[in-house]
Amino acid sequence: MPEQPADLENTDLDGTAHDNTDPSVDGDDRAAWQAAYDATRLRDVPFETMSGVPVDPLYGGAPYPGQYPYTRGLHAAGYRSRLWTMRMFAGFGTAEDTNARFKELLRAGGGGLSTAFDMPTLMGRDSDYEWSLGEVGHCGVAVDTLADMEDLFADIDLSTVSTSMTINGPAAMIMAMYVAVGEKKGIKRSQLGGTIQNDILKEYQAQKEYIFPPRPSMRIITDMMKFTSAEMPKWHPISISGYHIREAGSNAAQELAFTLANGFAYVEAAMAAGLDIDDFAPRLSFFFNSHSDFFEEIGKFRAARRIWARWMKERYGAKNEKSLMMKFHTQTAGVSLTAQQAEINIGRVAIQALAGALGGTQSLHTDAYDEAMALPTEDAARIALRTQQIVAHETGVTNVVDPLGGAPYVEWMTDEMERRAEEIFAHLLDIGNDSILEGAYAGIDDGYFVGEIADAAYRFEREVNEGQRIIVGVNEFTEGDDGERNLLRIGAEVEEYQLKRLQDVKQRRDSDAVDRVLAKLKTEAADSEINLMPTMIEAVKTFATEGEIVASLEEVFGTYVEKVFL
Amino acid sequence: MAQEQQLRVVLAKLGFDGHDRGIKIVARILRDAGMEVIYLGLRQSYKNVVNAVEQEDADAVGLSMHNASHMTLGPKMVDALAEAGLEVPVIVGGIVPEEDVQPLMDKGVAVILGPGASAEEVAQAVRDSVAAMHATQ
Amino acid sequence: MSLRGLAPAEIFDRAMGGERRALGRLITLVERDAAEAEEVAELAHARAGIAHVIGITGSPGSGKSTLTGQLVKLLGQAGKRAAVLAVDPSSPLTGGAILGDRVRMEDVASPDTFIRSMATRGHQGGLSLAVPGVVRLLDASGYDPIVIETVGVGQVEVDIAGTADTTVVVATPGMGDSVQANKAGLLELADLFVVNKADRPGANDVRRDLDLMLDLSHVSGHDRHSGMRPEIVMTTALSGEGAPEMWTAIERHRDAITDNGQLAARRINRDVAEVRNRLMADLERRVDDMLNGTSIDGVAQVLTAVGQRDLSPTAAAKDLATRINEL
Repeated sequence: MPEQPADLENTDLDGTAHDNTDPSVDGDDRAAWQAAYDATRLRDVPFETMSGVPVDPLYGGAPYPGQYPYTRGLHAAGYRSRLWTMRMFAGFGTAEDTNARFKELLRAGGGGLSTAFDMPTLMGRDSDYEWSLGEVGHCGVAVDTLADMEDLFADIDLSTVSTSMTINGPAAMIMAMYVAVGEKKGIKRSQLGGTIQNDILKEYQAQKEYIFPPRPSMRIITDMMKFTSAEMPKWHPISISGYHIREAGSNAAQELAFTLANGFAYVEAAMAAGLDIDDFAPRLSFFFNSHSDFFEEIGKFRAARRIWARWMKERYGAKNEKSLMMKFHTQTAGVSLTAQQAEINIGRVAIQALAGALGGTQSLHTDAYDEAMALPTEDAARIALRTQQIVAHETGVTNVVDPLGGAPYVEWMTDEMERRAEEIFAHLLDIGNDSILEGAYAGIDDGYFVGEIADAAYRFEREVNEGQRIIVGVNEFTEGDDGERNLLRIGAEVEEYQLKRLQDVKQRRDSDAVDRVLAKLKTEAADSEINLMPTMIEAVKTFATEGEIVASLEEVFGTYVEKVFL
Repeated sequence: MAQEQQLRVVLAKLGFDGHDRGIKIVARILRDAGMEVIYLGLRQSYKNVVNAVEQEDADAVGLSMHNASHMTLGPKMVDALAEAGLEVPVIVGGIVPEEDVQPLMDKGVAVILGPGASAEEVAQAVRDSVAAMHATQ
Repeated sequence: MSLRGLAPAEIFDRAMGGERRALGRLITLVERDAAEAEEVAELAHARAGIAHVIGITGSPGSGKSTLTGQLVKLLGQAGKRAAVLAVDPSSPLTGGAILGDRVRMEDVASPDTFIRSMATRGHQGGLSLAVPGVVRLLDASGYDPIVIETVGVGQVEVDIAGTADTTVVVATPGMGDSVQANKAGLLELADLFVVNKADRPGANDVRRDLDLMLDLSHVSGHDRHSGMRPEIVMTTALSGEGAPEMWTAIERHRDAITDNGQLAARRINRDVAEVRNRLMADLERRVDDMLNGTSIDGVAQVLTAVGQRDLSPTAAAKDLATRINEL
């Protein structure tokens, strides 16, 4: 179940005036909260129950939303000013197909584009690679060269739209292509807005779409952070993700802790590379899972905000309040979807979406009910969107900021999630000689992360197997499964088209120029002082393929082979 | 001091597919069932699997697939093993739609295990398919 | 094409002719100690005795699999036909095992490297009884050197030293390995120490500690009976740094013990040890049969008396020992 991309550039503080710029105000300033709320432009809807009972924007006291440590939310007015971003996802086939869909979505009023890439592209290989057969264009768009990127964004004004790109291992190459496309359209780098997932640590821990070993990968990421800090202030260079960690089988506390730890690791790496924390931290965002244990998830989201704010302020010394405010996108748990009696997944997704809303997410993707077996049909994708629209518009939960705040169970759960996460941080600091970054490397190397995740997954599986944990339709209440499905199949034309396209581009380009720039890239890669982004951009402009660039870097950095820890 | 026959099973994921939660669980299930699991893991090629079966004298091959490419990968693995003269059952686990099960078996895949298979079912499927393979020889 | 129905001698011929599948099958027969195993053992014994056997052991997490992979890569590049036996522990509860070392080596090994994963199958020492027999098979098939890679827990180092011509112990910083070196017999058993993950802080401390221990052990006279001081090599297995030095150190050791006659002596000891181990395993089985009451009469009564505290375990054992001849 591939995760869907976020759209967080548009959920910044722009549009909501904010008085409190002093992170030393410890969240208990009611007057400040009131002032901030009063200064916020609200949505034009009645904030009343269905029966017409007017409700306050906030119940209970500190810590106030919009104030450190942001347990109750990032903004004083919560969803009263702006709902979370809802997203209808599209990504498949050729660049041309996706371009057409992009234009439709823009016409329908969206301001952001999401790009998902096919498996070969995600893995840093070209469409003509041995293992690409049968995968080209299947779970996303195939991008081999700059030519594909140009097709993807043909006739789209990149200075006004923001683009989210869900890719990790070869993120630098893809971002380089995006910049090159912008330049060809006469758009300055500083005008480009968007997000790239680029969270390599979770690849070693969970999703396994790594290419190079951890340290060289981190070098590439810090290069990208430095580059975007200097030249692309509207670009979010990392979306630190827990979704995949949870999908791989971790429990909620592990998802929380590993994700935040990865975030801290990137912070440490960027600071070690000479960046000022307040320079890049505001442009970091997060991506969480929303699973079925309702209160555990809500506690997790609230604890996440609190922990991030506290660590960033106290341990890393961030001063800008935006560095302390954790923005996150949420996706409902793909792993919870069952093939058996698939329609009941709609109920699961609704509850998970509700948890995300009560947890204060900035952006939400709801899974389609038929995604356990294949890519979603259009109908099912529509139902998924309608589900979150019901939560947003019919349930009334958006009338009050952090409505569950103060409830004894929810506060206890928030504290408990935080406590468990702190235990994990302590372990990482221990094996990392007081550095979370080193702890992350050590944990990857000694199998800590994958071991914890595998243990949690195995334990869960046994509980289900032994009937201790009931999954409706799977080990209980199994009557009603007629076994019929309408599944989405992708045809072979896409692959044929793409292979031809790739061949054409290779024939028409200047091979010498390609060879020269790849040689240059390899030389620079061997010197960790050099930022690889400029030459990366040069390389994509010669129409060097993604696979060629990756292969060149593999010669210098090596290829990561996972150790088996079972 | 003869030991009873201990089954040796090669477990692998072919190509790009990185979802290894299931295959890791299966590895533990088979170990708990007393088998020796030669765990190859991610990003394996047909050649790797064939080499492993040869050198490890494996009794069965288990492939985990979550990428909808089972109709290509399953049969190709069966063929690669046959070409190398290796007679071992290929067991496919993961996301396989109902209507693809028979076509896959027609192409030589011995068993397909769905996401809901219990630990006992998995272990038994391995034993049964090995026994069936030996019976035909 | 199938191996089914072929006599062991036929499978053996195929293996000698280079058919890896046949070799794989022979190893299974030996491991299983099936009826055919004896015949295979004799066939192998006749042709073996040449290969240099290298044992590599270290704690979990020391990176020895990666190191073995780098070593094997070098051997392939040097035109050698190497074999690797990767040994992992079986679960004491279920008897099953997860053998995951192969994949780390496969990527770097040359195509004609033979890699076999073995589980300890309940053998207390850490190496199964079958290992010497498997080594002989690989030797007979022309693989040289043969690398046995094991996890250093329990008394496996003793077993490894008894099986290998050159025993390499891998240590890493941050794992208390200098303390580990004090572990019973490790200093005496190692022919070569490798400090892996040499790029990490603390690597030099490990090296210093090992040097110190070796000095002390020299002073106290508890040297390895070879009289040779083990070298210490620093490696970074992930990058391959230090692997060539490790190999030349191994070769130096082999040359030294060949020259001074120790190699021959060790191999004699190894074979005698194998005889002893087999005898012990056999005896153990017989004792178990006795105590299970399946082989000799009257044992059950003795054990019942012990259970009722009418007879002390010491007296019971003394009594039953007199009946061992009947086994």
